[in-house]
Amino acid sequence: MGAAGPVVAVVLLLGVLGFAVVRPRGLPEAVAAVPAAAVVVALGLVSPHAAWAETQKLLPVVAFLVAVLALSHLCDAEGLFAAAGDLMARLSRGRPQRLLGAVFVVASAVTAVLSLDATVVLLTPVVFATAARSGVRPKPFVYACTHLANSASLLLPVSNLTNLLAFTASGLSFSRFGALMALPWVAVVAVEYVVLRLFFRTDLGVALPRGLRAGRARRGASGPTSTPVSRLSVALVGATLAGFVVASVLGVPPAWAAAAGAAVLAARALAQRRTTARALLAAANLPFAVFVLGLGVIVVAVVRSGLGGVVGGFLPTGSSFLDLLAVAGVAAVAANLLNNLPAVLLLTPLALAAGGTPALLAALIGVNVGPNLTYVGSLATLLWRRVLRDHGADAELAEFSALAAWSVPTALVGGVGALWVSLAMIGA
Amino acid sequence: MDVLVWVTEATWPACVEAVRAHVPADATVTLLHVADDDIAGAASGAFAGLLGRSGQDRARRVTELVATSGQDLLEAAAEDLGRAATTVQRHGRVEREVVQAVVDLDADLLILARDGDLRRLGPHSLGPAARFVVDHAPCATLLVWPGSTPEVGSLPPPPH
Repeated sequence: MGAAGPVVAVVLLLGVLGFAVVRPRGLPEAVAAVPAAAVVVALGLVSPHAAWAETQKLLPVVAFLVAVLALSHLCDAEGLFAAAGDLMARLSRGRPQRLLGAVFVVASAVTAVLSLDATVVLLTPVVFATAARSGVRPKPFVYACTHLANSASLLLPVSNLTNLLAFTASGLSFSRFGALMALPWVAVVAVEYVVLRLFFRTDLGVALPRGLRAGRARRGASGPTSTPVSRLSVALVGATLAGFVVASVLGVPPAWAAAAGAAVLAARALAQRRTTARALLAAANLPFAVFVLGLGVIVVAVVRSGLGGVVGGFLPTGSSFLDLLAVAGVAAVAANLLNNLPAVLLLTPLALAAGGTPALLAALIGVNVGPNLTYVGSLATLLWRRVLRDHGADAELAEFSALAAWSVPTALVGGVGALWVSLAMIGA
Repeated sequence: MDVLVWVTEATWPACVEAVRAHVPADATVTLLHVADDDIAGAASGAFAGLLGRSGQDRARRVTELVATSGQDLLEAAAEDLGRAATTVQRHGRVEREVVQAVVDLDADLLILARDGDLRRLGPHSLGPAARFVVDHAPCATLLVWPGSTPEVGSLPPPPH
């Protein structure tokens, strides 16, 4: 291939990402990713052996992802999200600042435990409805959800697909990963809270008069009708989460705990007709798992094309606070230029080679917090905005960008600082 | 006389009260709610960030939720008002849509509520959207306090 090789690999990567955002005719993103992966192998940019090795490495990760997606769907079917909405409404009693606190606690916990997907797809609509029902302005709460989906996804390997990808390569145990990332998680969530609270002080400053609050709540304005949640459901979900840690201590891949928990909940939900096999299969999203495998092979081609060396050259090899901050900065830029998935696939081997576990965890802070600037990566954002306009909405996003301009750099510094402290206390 | 009432979450009861207190019985009242496109925009951006894991129907659901909740708000306000009123819902950039609605309806009076930091009286007790509307509305505006009006004792001492 010679000099054309790197160009072909990068063009294929961008094409596959563009397809994944636009998804013409609703086709699954694997439709582009799999042929593109085949092309890089056919052109000799990646040997069949290396492609197979990468696929084998990613298989347990995507299995974990499938199990967690199914688990989130089942939690929704059990009514846990609607119940969380009721709980937040009760705790806040129509007071916007209390509701913001409740949303932060719930969204951080949901993101950490059930992944950012659950927060975006399942929690955000519930939070919107809860805010509307409480008679407060919904915007700060929706932004809290969309921001925390990214920035509160630092805690556990399951919280974000990026974590799963890096975790598998890191050789850390599930509980050690959680222990090292606990402080950065708290720091980043705290930064987001302060920034949102200040940024939306106008919207958070007004509430319905006391007498009207109860009446609005009774109307249940456009909120999801909540069904009572059985204690058994809560216990089963709790047991699954405990299973992640227990499995990790016993040296069993935590994906098994997720799969076992999902299987038990699925059997119960199917028997009680709370969900259908079809809905469950759609939630597990197998085509997306195939897309991740294809993407992995394409990124190997990009790394080998020489771009890996270029990006690797930016990464410092030390583990001082500033070194870690530089790694997180490079990762955040890569996540915004491309998208966080290829960014983490690209950076995981490079960060591990440059600065070991500390650098890898710093890179994760970058790829997880960074997307709050553009969500999908800048290239994909252009495409996404076109899709949005086709749907008749034209968000200006000036406010969105202003919010991110405050929160992302501050959260990066806070998160990396906390990681540095964690590493000094616990050791890499 | 055509009166336009800008209905927003949390502060609409004050506007409804103002109609009862200040608008003549023969005036035509229109209740307006503007759905902020930024909300659906932020949500659909987050959905897009998940690539195919979200499902596009879900993103559309948030847009629908925003519209439905606006409609609910208008219904609640109309019910509370207790006199004939038309309801109008628009979407887009809120402050601009409100000004455009004044133009489209050729309204004589716009009623809106303060929505800023009401604990510290001063420039910030008017939020950015309300500030824009007050500055640019091409008609008389009636700006009301949500809740009780401040007492004269809240006046800061004069500058030296």
